[in-house]
This record gives sequence, C-alpha cells and structure tokens, in this order.
Amino acid sequence: MLLISQTALELGFLYALVAMALFLSYRILDIADLTTDGCFVLGGAVSVTLAAAGHPILAIPAAMAAGACAGFVTAFLQTRLGVPSILAGIVTNTGLYTVNLMVMGWRSNASLLGVDTVFLLLEDGLEAIGLGGKWNGILLAGLVTALMGGLLYRFLGTRLGLSIRATGDNRDMVRASSINPARTITVGLCISNALTALSGGMVGQYQRTMDINSGTGVVVIGLACLIIGETVLGRRAVWKGVVAAVVGSVIYRFLYAVVFYTNAVPVECLKLLTAAIVGLAIAAPTIKHYLAFQRRKAASRKEEG
Amino acid sequence: MLEVREISKTFHPGTANEKTALSNLSLRLEPGEFVTVIGSNGAGKSTLLNAIAGSFYVDAGSIRLGGQTITYLPEYRRSRVIGRLFQDPLKGTAPTMTIEENLALAYLRASKGKAALSRISKGDRAFFQDKLRLLGMGLEERMRQPVGLLSGGQRQALTLLMATLTPPQILLLDEHTAALDPAAAEQVLALTRTVVEGEGITCLMVTHNMSQALRMGSRTLMMADGKIVLDVKGAERAAMSVDDLLRRFKAGTGRELDNDRMLLSDE
Repeated sequence: MLLISQTALELGFLYALVAMALFLSYRILDIADLTTDGCFVLGGAVSVTLAAAGHPILAIPAAMAAGACAGFVTAFLQTRLGVPSILAGIVTNTGLYTVNLMVMGWRSNASLLGVDTVFLLLEDGLEAIGLGGKWNGILLAGLVTALMGGLLYRFLGTRLGLSIRATGDNRDMVRASSINPARTITVGLCISNALTALSGGMVGQYQRTMDINSGTGVVVIGLACLIIGETVLGRRAVWKGVVAAVVGSVIYRFLYAVVFYTNAVPVECLKLLTAAIVGLAIAAPTIKHYLAFQRRKAASRKEEG
Repeated sequence: MLEVREISKTFHPGTANEKTALSNLSLRLEPGEFVTVIGSNGAGKSTLLNAIAGSFYVDAGSIRLGGQTITYLPEYRRSRVIGRLFQDPLKGTAPTMTIEENLALAYLRASKGKAALSRISKGDRAFFQDKLRLLGMGLEERMRQPVGLLSGGQRQALTLLMATLTPPQILLLDEHTAALDPAAAEQVLALTRTVVEGEGITCLMVTHNMSQALRMGSRTLMMADGKIVLDVKGAERAAMSVDDLLRRFKAGTGRELDNDRMLLSDE
C-alpha cells in the first residue's frame, strides 16, 4: 500500500505538468494541442541523453527549451502559415518522431545506468545532511510541480498572461484591442510545451529510461487528469485550474496504481478506459442537452396524447 | 485627425457574390468632431468603420490617422489608437475574466513599453474604481466578478469605458446600442455623449435612428452604395428634420431610403 501511494504521488506530480500544460493550451487558449505526445518524448529524450553525458541538472532546462521550440513550430504553423490548429499539432508531432530518434542517437530508446540523475543527486545531498529517505522522489517531484504551478498562476495574472487568457476567451474582443493574437498564441504554446517537455524530462530521469513510444496517449491522459481535477474542484478561477491539474493527476495515478497491483482491470485496457472517460466527459454537455430535449419531446407527445 | 482618401473595397471579386462595399470614398474628420453615419442596408457604413479599424486592407486609396499613414498597418497595431464598439455587447469583453482584468487589458494600450510581466497594481485598481464609478452602475463594487455575469447594457457600458480608458485618437461606434433594450440603450447613449463630448474624442458613430443621428454629434453623413451621398453640419444641420433628411437622400440617390431597422424604429 505504501509503495502504491509513493509511486502514485511521484508519477502524479510529474505528470501533473502535462495536465497543467493542457490547462493552458486547451482550457485557456482553447486550442487542442496535439504536439503534446511527441513533445513529452522530446523532453525525455533530451533529458536522458544529457544526463547520460553527465549533465543531469542542465538536462532539465534543456528539455524545457526543446519543448518550447516544438511549441513554437506548432504556433508558427497555425498563426503565420494558416495551418488549422489541430493539424499543426499533428504535423509537428509527426516530425518530432524523427527528431526524438535523432536526439537519442538514432535509437528507439535510451537509458541511464550508473550515472547521476536529479533524483540521485537530491538523495545524495539529503543523505549528506542526514535526511535520506524514501520520500526524496516525492519531495523533488512535488517541489518542481508546485514551483511550476505557482509560476504559471502568477504569470496568468500579468499583462501578457491576461492577453493570453483574453485570446482564448473572446477572439472578437482581441481583434479590436491592441493584442496580437499571433503573439499570444505563440507565447502560450511555447510555455505549455515547455511544461510538457519538463514532465517528459523529469519522468525520463525518474524511470532512467525513455522510449520513442512512451508519449503515446499522453495528451488524452493529461486531459483525463485535468477533467478529473476539475470535477473535484470546479472550474471557475484560474488557481483552481492549476490545482485541478495536480489533484486530477494524482488521483489518476492512484487509480492506475490500484488497477496495476490488483489487476481489477487488465493494464492493457487502461488506455481504452481513459479514452472512454475523456470522450464521455467532454461529450457530457451535449449528452445532457440531448436527454433534456428527448424528455421535452416525450412530454409534449403525452400532452397531445 | 482622420483623413480617408479615395478608398475602395470589393468583397469576393470575380465571383457571383462580388460586392463593391466602398467605392472611391473620401472623408476628413477634424480633431474632436463627433460624426453620425446613417444609410440604407448594405450602404457600406460598417465596412467604412472596419476599413479604418483595419479588419481588412482596402483595395485602393489611403488612410491617415493623427498624421500617420495607417493604410497597411495591421489591426492590432491600429487598436492602440482606435477604440471600437460593436452592435453585439458580447464582442467587447472577455466573459470569464473579471471586470478588473478586462479593464487591465484595455489599459495595456496606454502602457506600451511597460513590462509585459507587470501585474495590476494598487494604483491601477484605484484608477479603475474611479472610472467605473462614473458609469453609475455600481460596477466599482464588483470588480472581482467575471464579466459574463453582467447584463448586455452593463457590458456595453464597460466596453465603452474600456475603449476610452485612455482617450483614443478616434472612437468607432457601430450601432453600439441597437441590440440593447430601450432603457439600457438610452443609458449607454447618454454615457457615450458624456464621454465623447467630455473628453473631446473624435468619433464616428453609425446609427439606424435618424433623429438620434441629428440629435447627437456635430455632423451627419449619409451613405449609399459605398459612397457618402450627404454630408451636413453647422446651421444647415441644426435646422434639419428627419423628413428633410429623407428628402435629401432621395434627391441625392434617386430612390427611397430602405433600411428595415430604420423604418421599424419608433422615432
């Protein structure tokens, strides 16, 4: 049980960064950014490769910078070249597959054996002052996530952050105000993809391996986390969205861990289950409308009887 | 202040839907002039405002504002010195953001060069509160509420405040009271007059209400077929009635004025 909670919290915090990224791109900017899957692997590939070369700390900002570049490409395609936003993400994502292979030295996976990672460095540091323990991983993952969540929240209250929120909230208004939507979308997607790549980078060092296919479904899982969190916390304020990303992600990883250890549902089926949950959650308003309309129709038929 | 020279705009050229919306139109506005614009359906009133605002680039001609040529300046750059209100009160504000945040966005225009990462300061907040008080709607007590909770009239009043928070070089009003209920329309109109005349803002206001067109401002334009067919001000305008306007329109264009909303309006 302890192991379950520990793993769930660690992975929950690390993957929360993806949910946060989707909060920014999907909820705030109203863009379904399909760069996410490839960008997650990109972050992991950059981070693992640099850590293998002996730079585990430098690997983290480098992963974020690589993610921001991927976000920039997607943004450039849609804001300057008129590629529809979903397609822009898919195009970048496809291109990233090759880039990711390239980053990992043309191999489909990279692993870290016998080299330092940020997690090991922290453990060593804490042990040196007599504080070593099992909770190091949670501490680091939680710190990074809390820091990024705090920064994201603060950022959304700045002038630039407000402009980004307005871009997703009312395009008509933005057209008539002095905001350049091409700029706000670009900044927004760079930040969200930097967060996604940070998640990949941290997960890569945590698991000491990165596989070319480990990004598959990350965007849907991230959305599931966000939706779970929003269901628990509600949606109104910005801070709620940021916290919802973390809470939802931790809940998701708990469910995942429980399923994994109890085998209640075969783990192979989890992606299908996640997809179904996300599909249903996003479809919920439409389904509600449909049901209400059917009831009204039935009622009026009865009256005419 | 504003100098529009021989601009033309044709939409969907070379197709069955080809429509010449502006045809060789010229217009000059002096600083502080408050001009009302009327005209039949599809006369090009909104198109004229959109051309000035930069929603599209004109096919021919030039536009100068405050001594600067803006003909090929993108819309968001022009927005720094142009304030706009649309007919739909939902178009001017961001619904999930608070009143305070919306005002901060509008205030961005004035803070050109200020750090993009700065936040709403105490001073800003006090300034917004003072400005909101002028609307007389009690919005100064609701600054942390999302704008989506406000009524259409309140939202339009807020939009007017946002558009003039820092006086623009020109204010473009496109039937900004047409979608409001009569009481709210009257209130927003009174506010418009106070703000525009109080601050001496150069203003171009499209309306479908003939008597309003004569009552407000200092000059009236009438448009038909993408041209200005009548331009009156001063004593001539002061002596004019709605009937005179209609007669002059017919004399100028050889046909009756046909604007369904105009005919339906009660004044």
